[in-house]
Amino acid sequence: MTNWSPTVFTRVMLGLAVFLSAFPLYWMVVIASRTNSDAVSVPPPFLPGGNLGENIIAVLNNEDAKFLLGLTNSFIVAATVTVSVVIISTLAGFSFANLQFKGRNALLVLVLLTMAVPLQQMGVVPLYRLMVSLEWTGTLKAVILPYLLNGFGVFLMTQYTRQAVPMELVEAARVDGAATLRIWWNVVLPAVRPGMAVLGINTFMLMWNDFMWPLIVLTPDNPTVQIAITSLNARFSTNYTLIFAGTALSIIPLVAVFIAFGRQIVGGLMEGAVKA
Amino acid sequence: MSLDTLPRATRNNHRRVRPPGRRWASRFDVKGMPYALVSPYFILFAAFGLFPLAFTLYYSLYDYDLAGTTEWIGLGNYTALLGDDDFWRAVINTVGMFLLATVPQMLLALFLANALNKRFRFRLAIRMSVLLPLVTSVVAVAVVFTQLFARDWGLVNWILGWFGVDPFNWRAERIPSWIAIATMVDWRWTGYNAIIFLAGMQTIPRDLYEAAAIDGASRRRQFWQITLPMLRPTLIFVVLNSTIGGLTLFSEPTTFYNGNVDGGSQGQFQTVAMFIVKEGFREFDYGYAAAAAWLLFLLILIGAAINFLFVRRIGGTK
Repeated sequence: MTNWSPTVFTRVMLGLAVFLSAFPLYWMVVIASRTNSDAVSVPPPFLPGGNLGENIIAVLNNEDAKFLLGLTNSFIVAATVTVSVVIISTLAGFSFANLQFKGRNALLVLVLLTMAVPLQQMGVVPLYRLMVSLEWTGTLKAVILPYLLNGFGVFLMTQYTRQAVPMELVEAARVDGAATLRIWWNVVLPAVRPGMAVLGINTFMLMWNDFMWPLIVLTPDNPTVQIAITSLNARFSTNYTLIFAGTALSIIPLVAVFIAFGRQIVGGLMEGAVKA
Repeated sequence: MSLDTLPRATRNNHRRVRPPGRRWASRFDVKGMPYALVSPYFILFAAFGLFPLAFTLYYSLYDYDLAGTTEWIGLGNYTALLGDDDFWRAVINTVGMFLLATVPQMLLALFLANALNKRFRFRLAIRMSVLLPLVTSVVAVAVVFTQLFARDWGLVNWILGWFGVDPFNWRAERIPSWIAIATMVDWRWTGYNAIIFLAGMQTIPRDLYEAAAIDGASRRRQFWQITLPMLRPTLIFVVLNSTIGGLTLFSEPTTFYNGNVDGGSQGQFQTVAMFIVKEGFREFDYGYAAAAAWLLFLLILIGAAINFLFVRRIGGTK
């Protein structure tokens, strides 16, 4: 069993991994809390300064950056998509895991196949043309609609439901006279709540981070937060403190989610992963 | 007791004589409801997945110009792309950055997972902190790294200066720009992949290691001859995932050039995904962009196949 206690080398390596993981984020706070002349000095500053609040207010008040609008838009997009993906996935997951119907396996394989296609890159031209002909470009609808479904979510919830809801439970509820939708609501949803949480967090992060499609379909005057950072970056490319205050603001929701659900994120990743 | 069972008995009784409408409803509930529950996914997929894929194929056979006229040119876009130096440069950039990012990332993630699999204090906290990069926004990270890799006051050049290395102009030259972008990708995904590997490692029975230790196998030997071969399914999953992610790289290189899809002054770090966006949404050549999208898909299939064959060989069949 000596095998399972780490050597000094392993401990040093883990320490280094933790340091490297955290450093760029620490660095973001250092620059965001400094003045612009500090940010471009050599050697660079390594400790936070006292200007964080000031810089954040400057970003929020900057009329060109539209940062507050970006934050609000990203929140609307990420929240809407998360709710939709979680509902669609729990419904389909329940059906695939607990109900019997013709073509079930074939349909599940179809879902898996759709996961392998990089739709975002493949479908970008027609989706854009579709949004143009609907006159939805520049609106949040255009960002939200293509993401309302997610093959990974269906797959994840099918796996999770299979393991969390025994068939006997569903059959018992049916004998008691419950209709399928009622079983979903009263029996399945309470049991798969941890799986829903992991899928929800995952989807929220994915949407908060989405960049390519909003860049194409939105305009800088109605941005998501990622587009707002990019325009900060392009317009104020010499004003590092402003850009870094903006980037620091943009990750606050994600960091909050991480602090609240970090344990579940680790657990969920390990549970959802393909096991050897 | 008898009072308790009475309502149920009447209900069952009632069910036997229920009107035809309710019988139909319950038949639908058993036969039709499963389809109704999976249908939102398939309906939305048809609208936002199948439709775009089919139309990408259709567009790729037409020549669109700025004036809005379209002309059927068959495989013309594809042959033009295969003769387009800019496209090939984007392909080479994409593959180059992919290799530069993925190879070290897989090795680092494996060793990190092996380290995380030991017994030590603050285990959950350390596992969480290696996931921290995943939980930050890609664009924010790219902005930070762009500053770290700045030519004149970047931290990386400053540290390299300690070792007497001349400062690199990370954005101007091809290989340095690939290295900078690959670093961003690795920073973000190594911890994530390590956690997935860790999940796989924890399912390997411990008595295998104990037996190997009794036979005198060193730790290193145990890693190569037990851990790695037993990890093959996880490895396949992670490698395929990284292949799709790596070959569709967009956010990091775009942010590295202030949100511009040119990928540097000479396109030195323009990826295929950026090429598609540039052709489609700046040159308004929808057909050309659509054809490039299908070639990207082909590239991903080739990459996935090569990786799959490669990973399958790891550890071999005994």
